[in-house]
Amino acid sequence: MADGPAPVPVGDDIARRLGAVWRIEGARVIATLTALTRDVALAEDLAHDACAEALRSWPRDGVPANPGAWLTAVAKRRAIDAWRRQDALAERYARIGSTLRESGDDELEPIGDSVLRLLFIACHPVLSTPAQCALALTLVGGLSTEQVARLFLVPVTTMQQRIVRAKRALSAAAVPFEAPDPHEWHDRVSGVLRVVYLIFTEGYAPASGATPVHRELADEALRLGRRLVAMLPREPEAHGLLSLMLLQSSRFSARVASDGSPVLLADQDRARWDRQAILRGRAALRRVDALGKGRGPYAVQAAIAEQHAIAPSVDATDWERIVLLYEVLGRLAPSPIVDLNRAVALSMAEGPAEALDLVDRLTDEGALAHSPLLPSVRGELLARLGRPDEARAEFARAIPLVGNAAQRTVLDGKLRALDPRHPEG
Amino acid sequence: MPTYMLIMRATEAALAASKEQDFEAIINAMGAYNESMMEAGVMVGGDGLSDPSEGFVVDFSTPDKVVTDGPYGEVHELFNGFWLISVADRDEAIEWARRCPMGPGTKLEVRRVTDESDFADFADNEFIQKEAGWREELERTHEG
Repeated sequence: MADGPAPVPVGDDIARRLGAVWRIEGARVIATLTALTRDVALAEDLAHDACAEALRSWPRDGVPANPGAWLTAVAKRRAIDAWRRQDALAERYARIGSTLRESGDDELEPIGDSVLRLLFIACHPVLSTPAQCALALTLVGGLSTEQVARLFLVPVTTMQQRIVRAKRALSAAAVPFEAPDPHEWHDRVSGVLRVVYLIFTEGYAPASGATPVHRELADEALRLGRRLVAMLPREPEAHGLLSLMLLQSSRFSARVASDGSPVLLADQDRARWDRQAILRGRAALRRVDALGKGRGPYAVQAAIAEQHAIAPSVDATDWERIVLLYEVLGRLAPSPIVDLNRAVALSMAEGPAEALDLVDRLTDEGALAHSPLLPSVRGELLARLGRPDEARAEFARAIPLVGNAAQRTVLDGKLRALDPRHPEG
Repeated sequence: MPTYMLIMRATEAALAASKEQDFEAIINAMGAYNESMMEAGVMVGGDGLSDPSEGFVVDFSTPDKVVTDGPYGEVHELFNGFWLISVADRDEAIEWARRCPMGPGTKLEVRRVTDESDFADFADNEFIQKEAGWREELERTHEG
């Protein structure tokens, strides 16, 4: 044909193809094997053995038509071989043997339920929060230990140890693969949502490190959030969380200046906000309301983020409404952070004096003692009230409490701007 | 994560052949494919297009811009639907594309959707700046 050069095939690198297959189907493979072995650590080992086998045989025999089912079938065979060698557990062997087929589409469990059960295991309350985040990303997100270590800015060995310890804890606690009992359901779903949001916030506003955002990590959380919505379509808070993450993620590009420093909401170029993300975030919030079960804490936070997203400028923001939404949030999920945010909104709606009363009340209660948030907000309010000396003292108190270098730079800048020797001070 | 558009393309012959097939079987296969992308959390959008005979073509090769009814005489492949997926990388986009249940005579063209980083050099351009406002306008219109 005279249509130009012949097309060159791409995507035939086996290791890369396996990586992509794993990203797409890893969770389902592990979930299916966990359903069978009732042991998530063993299931993962078997799956990894099957991947190693794929790297050997796919270049020779070609990639199977259904790679996920192939990996599962190979892993099952390995499990049987191991049990045969142990010459025990005949009943278990018989059960698996009866389900074993050469290869086929029915090797995998129905996706939604089994992956959801896997996510409940990954976010099980016996695990520490960092372990829950790591397992959610490796077992369900299909990421390698190396990838998760890189995303959380920790050495690979640290992450490996964290994951090994987590799996041991799951075995020791004999955590079942079944979905939680109805009376536990609400708490366990909340636990899963919390882990996904923690992963997101660690990407959106890293507590440590040098960069103000870590987009890839937040993107992984968004992907988990979309999975959750697909698996729990009747849970309003799953939609609420997705909405919140989408609306916050719309500000990603605008939150970092060209020199890498963070840009505060008030100074962000709103033209750079991702309108597509805002659109999708608002649509998710409408789905919460369509379920008719009311708004939970994530949905209310999403509604607050929505108010920012639709405002043309800081001054044209409906701050009164935001104050109200924080009041609602404070009733649903009381926390000093919510009160502090309400104070910030109040300072915009009514003025810094009213807000300072609220902040002082929090200070008197001893809230957020080791967080930089309270002194930095207080400093901001005092500066606006024309009390620069007190404001400087607050910023100076906040700076050593900040773990993220980029956020520290912002506070340094505020401190300097208040310096009487500074030309603009 | 980059967004990719999977563009369904079929020859007229393949499209005619598909009309002979059990339509419900096609719906089921496509439905299972869509469901797998929903459950993997990668799907961000998509739509199918109606029969090309309902469409028309504007040809810009002459100044008077000739409009003709579809299907299109010169075009060998018809664009009849698309998906938007948000994936880790190009390899994953390839893997999803391979899984699409399409038959002989059809192709899937996969393209990365541009984002603002592609227009970084033109950030000051009047229309690039206006675009954000337009998107907001569209959003309000859709809110109804």
